[in-house]
Amino acid sequence: MAHLHLRAVQKAYNSVQVIHGADIEILDGEFVVLVGPSGCGKSTLLRMIAGLEEVTAGDVEIDGQRVNHIPASDRGLAMVFQSYALYPHMTVYQNMAFGLENTRMPKPEIDSRVRRAGEMLRITELLQRKPKQLSGGQRQRVAIGRAIVRDPKIFLFDEPLSNLDAELRVAMRRELAALHHEIGGTMIYVTHDQIEAMTLANRIVVLNRGRVEQIGAPLELYNRPANLFVAGFIGSPRMNLLEGTVVETDADHTLLRLPGDRTWTLPFGLDVAPGISVTIGARPQHIATGAPGTGDIDVVVDLSEQLGGETYFYATPPGPGGLPQMTVHELGQHTVARGQTLSLRFHPEQVHVFAADGGILRHGPGHA
Amino acid sequence: MSGGVLGFLTRRREARAWHWTDVFTYVYLALGVLLMFGPVVWLVLSSFKTQAGLVEFPPTFLPLAQVEVEVEVRGKLRSLPLFRVTMDDGSVRELAQIRRIGIIAQMVDPENPAETVRVPIADREPIREFRLAWSNYSDPLEKFNFLRYLWNSVFVTLMATIITLLINSMAAFGLAIYEFKGRTLALGFVIGTLMIPITVILVPVYLVVTELGMVNSLWAVIIPGAATPTGVFLLRQYMLTIPRDLIEAARMDKASEWTIYWRVVMPLSLPALAVLAIFSIMWRWNEFLWPLIVLTRSENYTLQVGLNAFQGELNVQWHYVLAMTVVTLLPVTVVFAFLQRFITTGIASSGMK
Repeated sequence: MAHLHLRAVQKAYNSVQVIHGADIEILDGEFVVLVGPSGCGKSTLLRMIAGLEEVTAGDVEIDGQRVNHIPASDRGLAMVFQSYALYPHMTVYQNMAFGLENTRMPKPEIDSRVRRAGEMLRITELLQRKPKQLSGGQRQRVAIGRAIVRDPKIFLFDEPLSNLDAELRVAMRRELAALHHEIGGTMIYVTHDQIEAMTLANRIVVLNRGRVEQIGAPLELYNRPANLFVAGFIGSPRMNLLEGTVVETDADHTLLRLPGDRTWTLPFGLDVAPGISVTIGARPQHIATGAPGTGDIDVVVDLSEQLGGETYFYATPPGPGGLPQMTVHELGQHTVARGQTLSLRFHPEQVHVFAADGGILRHGPGHA
Repeated sequence: MSGGVLGFLTRRREARAWHWTDVFTYVYLALGVLLMFGPVVWLVLSSFKTQAGLVEFPPTFLPLAQVEVEVEVRGKLRSLPLFRVTMDDGSVRELAQIRRIGIIAQMVDPENPAETVRVPIADREPIREFRLAWSNYSDPLEKFNFLRYLWNSVFVTLMATIITLLINSMAAFGLAIYEFKGRTLALGFVIGTLMIPITVILVPVYLVVTELGMVNSLWAVIIPGAATPTGVFLLRQYMLTIPRDLIEAARMDKASEWTIYWRVVMPLSLPALAVLAIFSIMWRWNEFLWPLIVLTRSENYTLQVGLNAFQGELNVQWHYVLAMTVVTLLPVTVVFAFLQRFITTGIASSGMK
């Protein structure tokens, strides 16, 4: 267990900058998820922590010690790879014992550790098999077991669930969360799946194009996104984003003009001059539907998805104006036909207002 | 497919009829088998022929030897060759030949040794039987120290192959696993040496070997050729296909670079190592020019050099050459039979998605 500190860490391949100065502090026993779209540099960051990738600038510190030039094998970390990277010529037992043999641990100690990890992961009966005789989920467990037996300072996970099918992924996700409770180690987990991030993390680090967009607890990111990227990335389905222009604003009101000559009044003021363009973000569940003409915008339903306990509508405002398709969430079952007109009413205290550069201007008072 | 071996050997495109492509394929394959195995079969059969049988014209396919009978001629028991003779009256008799004078042979009936018959040689025909001349094998092995040569060849082949596998795989590991400046250049140099024929470096290498005092030692045969560019290249290309994740996983598992080489990369390179081992065994076993140059004392000869000793300036002892050639062929055949399955098995293709 350990505490990790990244100070202005940068990575460049020749002249291509991949990580633009990441400052992240991870506390002892925390489960931190690095999340972002593919190519955002999250795996690179993890590999730099592991010592598999050189740090171009900045410092990686483990327990207060700068480890930039300490090779991966001496950092005392364990990593679970996306491909599992099990040694195909060794049995499950040998795979798990390999790391311990390299530290010249006595045989009985190795044996007891491997068996304990085997029991914890319920793979005891697989110990004498070769990796190719295992299913994806079993391989995954072995890969995790190989990390556990080492009792590392920090566990690193590089998209460990992405090769599993959907059902298994959910099951393994739950097991990983339970595992973290049980052994309580510091864990750093990389994924592009924001649901994994939301469900597993104590804290999430959202990365985009090599920059840290926001660091925070899952619900903090969800309720108070720091910028448009986080707002769009966290939450499924995505937040609805509407562009508009501030017509006038005072202490408790803001009059906005939306495309198609619609106007809309927010019940709070913005600290900007009139004429500025802004983006309004509203989550699907913060929009209510009603009969045509009763709400803020009338829309035509393109598609409705009935999930049983809840319903999603995808609807586009008719006519010119360039308003995008909007996603609306309703609890319960609603039979709405394609082409039907509905009216949407936004919960104005729940919306987020973003400036033209993507940064947050104001969260609705409902997110205080 | 039913019918066991026969069914296997007559497999066709469609079960019912013979398509012309089937016929073509089988003719083509049969020709290939004949071209490749014909000489070997001929060699093996000829190695059992007597010296006389080898120079006979027209040549026979099977090793045949003339039947001899024990006949008492003028009080002495002699072993005489048996002939089938067509007599003047058209009858056919089996007679033994005592001696031949010009075109007349003096013959005797083994049943009635007292009476001699004079027969024109055109009227007689030797009676022959299938007989293996084992002495072709036993003589060189006993009299000419061929077992010693055999042992030398085995020693050279084994040691050279082990050393070749070890140092070639180390070089390949370096060139495949590590990223460093000049990696491509280093590989280029290694492959570049392929363009230099051995005859060009023969004299310099000989001088080096002499300086090191290795002339007439088997190590002089083993060491200079141990590092082969082909081997380094072959192993490197194979090692490149080992997933990088495995190497990195081993690094995370606190493995030293030697452990990664010995316990991760080497076992996973087994198919390529087997291929190189087969090549190395065949090269070393068949090597002739270099051993001929550095080995001058006959107790150090390898088989190939020893074979050469049967070829005198005026007289080639073909029966020994052929027999010992068969002996030299056997080990490589056995090695190939055992190792060839490694060529086709991919061991590294498992465990990774």
